Amino acid sequence: MDEPVRPRTACPSRDGLVIAAIVAAFACLPPVANAIDQPFLIRVGQRVVIFALAASALNLTLGFGGMISLMHAAFFGLGAYVVAILSFHEVNGDSLGTGPLALVGTSHLALSLPLAVAAGAAVSALLGAAALRTTGVYFIMITLAFNQMLFYYFVAQQTYGGEDGLQIPGALDLAGLDPARRTPYFYVCLAIFAVALVGLQRVVGSRFGMVLRGAKQNERRVITVGVPAFRYKLAAFAISGALTALAGGLMAGAEQFVSPAEMSWSRSGELVVMCVLGGLDTVWGPALGAAAFLILEFGLSNYTTHWQLPFGLIVIAVAAFSREDVAAWARRAGWRA
Amino acid sequence: MNDPPLLSITGLHKRFGGLVVTRDVNLDIPRGETHGLIGPNGAGKTTLLSQLQGDLAPNAGTIRLAGRDIVGLSPDKRARMGIARSFQIAALLPEFTVLQNVGIAVQARLGHSFRFWRLATRDPALTGPAREALAEVGLESEAATPAAFLSHGAKRQLEIAIALAMKPALLLLDEPMAGLGKQEAVAMTRLIARLKGAYTILLVEHDMEAVFSLCDRISVLVAGALVATGSPSEIRDDARVRAAYLGH
Ligand SMILES: Nc1ncnc2c1ncn2[C@@H]1O[C@H](COP(=O)(O)OP(=O)(O)OP(=O)(O)O)[C@@H](O)[C@H]1O
Ligand SMILES: [Mg+2]
Repeated sequence: MDEPVRPRTACPSRDGLVIAAIVAAFACLPPVANAIDQPFLIRVGQRVVIFALAASALNLTLGFGGMISLMHAAFFGLGAYVVAILSFHEVNGDSLGTGPLALVGTSHLALSLPLAVAAGAAVSALLGAAALRTTGVYFIMITLAFNQMLFYYFVAQQTYGGEDGLQIPGALDLAGLDPARRTPYFYVCLAIFAVALVGLQRVVGSRFGMVLRGAKQNERRVITVGVPAFRYKLAAFAISGALTALAGGLMAGAEQFVSPAEMSWSRSGELVVMCVLGGLDTVWGPALGAAAFLILEFGLSNYTTHWQLPFGLIVIAVAAFSREDVAAWARRAGWRA
Repeated sequence: MNDPPLLSITGLHKRFGGLVVTRDVNLDIPRGETHGLIGPNGAGKTTLLSQLQGDLAPNAGTIRLAGRDIVGLSPDKRARMGIARSFQIAALLPEFTVLQNVGIAVQARLGHSFRFWRLATRDPALTGPAREALAEVGLESEAATPAAFLSHGAKRQLEIAIALAMKPALLLLDEPMAGLGKQEAVAMTRLIARLKGAYTILLVEHDMEAVFSLCDRISVLVAGALVATGSPSEIRDDARVRAAYLGH
């Protein structure tokens, strides 16, 4: 019953190297895409980087905190909508909300991205405080319900396009850069991703990370030594929600378009699959999982419209039969410290 | 006025449905005492410890730690006030190393853990006291071993090291000898003998030899009720205890 898990002894210098290698590999994409005259690959890479950020954010709670959340797509969509709605109001010239809460719109990502992060932190803290009263299957179900709540909230916003989504009407601006210029915007996203990954790597090894990882293994033990585990799990959930909203905001910039489809519960499930594919016990695994997921999706959809079928089989094979993940495979392939 | 006893339990009562597991228990334990708690299986010893430590709430009664009523306080709050507990069934963090298991207790004692940057495993403020606690129980050589891979005896030692790292006022030990081999049990008895006096200890144990040699006073719990409290020799000679429990 109590079969011991083979624990992964952390090796900070090795993990730092892997993160650097992943960022460097992503950074090669635009020149390579241009060299082989396939510039649309930059757009694929853009998605990979942004979903790598979202999956890494999710894994703080999923892999390191043991909280299986099915509401992270909602945080992603929330971040995207914050960016889109603020830009919508700037173009329309009206203000958002009334009285002292009135807010003028903006198309400056330097303003709207931090607001997306703040919205992600606030909403994930609020809903997390309720969801974290439960554990196990109940936690999964309640996060799923919250995800659908936010999904239908945005479907109902007719002003913002309802279920058709919202095309961002004007040009966005990130400190003088137009996100529509793919290559420079790609590097901005990559830089943000790199900083987030290094930050997450520090967090999981810090005192905060020890509490989070300890509570995942045996919450009662952590409480019995004097740590109020709940507030640490909640803080991790809020950090995770904020980073996921940041990824959503970056996606709105890249696509100039947001839609409730981005926040359906199946998208939440996809984020979980990316983490599982890449491995839950490293900070960098989910980024590889996101890359594998999106590349597989892209590759298989070229062959068949029913790409979900072979894709699902591959995911099941990875998860159930081999009990291997990309991170474990990579470790064996050469990062054996 | 004298100082209040470190632990003072009055009128404590706990039911699980119709089953009374703690029946009007009154007990004072002065600071520095090693107090034994014995009783047959199912007497309610573990349940009593859980009420002291905070995992279970009593239906009635008060528990005072150094004069302050702690019923209603969360287990983590009680831990920070100085109550440490080792579990009857070892409850460790299996993926963490021995040192990390102890480190988290040190961390809890040093204040909040909203520290996000510095690597905890290389923080001497954590590893120093954690190694000291491991040295106290003789487990330094296993510092880097994942807890899941420890022998049963070493897991019991680690439970004690974690409790010691909390620098507790009150140590609640739930059957620390359970399942140990003869030699391991002797080593554990020696360890508790070393802790005696430096800590106030409430020791639940079925190993009678150990209890009678280690404890200043002993209480006997039968079906939730304390039937006797006294020195080891008083308990040995108590007719009710013999009838109800020792049986020989
Ligand atoms: N959560 C619970 N719900 C219902 N009954 C319980 C619960 N926990 C314990 N009991 C019952 O309460 C009684 C006391 O249990 P407890 O574990 O405190 O005994 P104990 O004296 O520690 O026994 P042992 O020497 O076997 O460890 C037992 O009859 C047990 O079955
Ligand atoms: Mg017991």
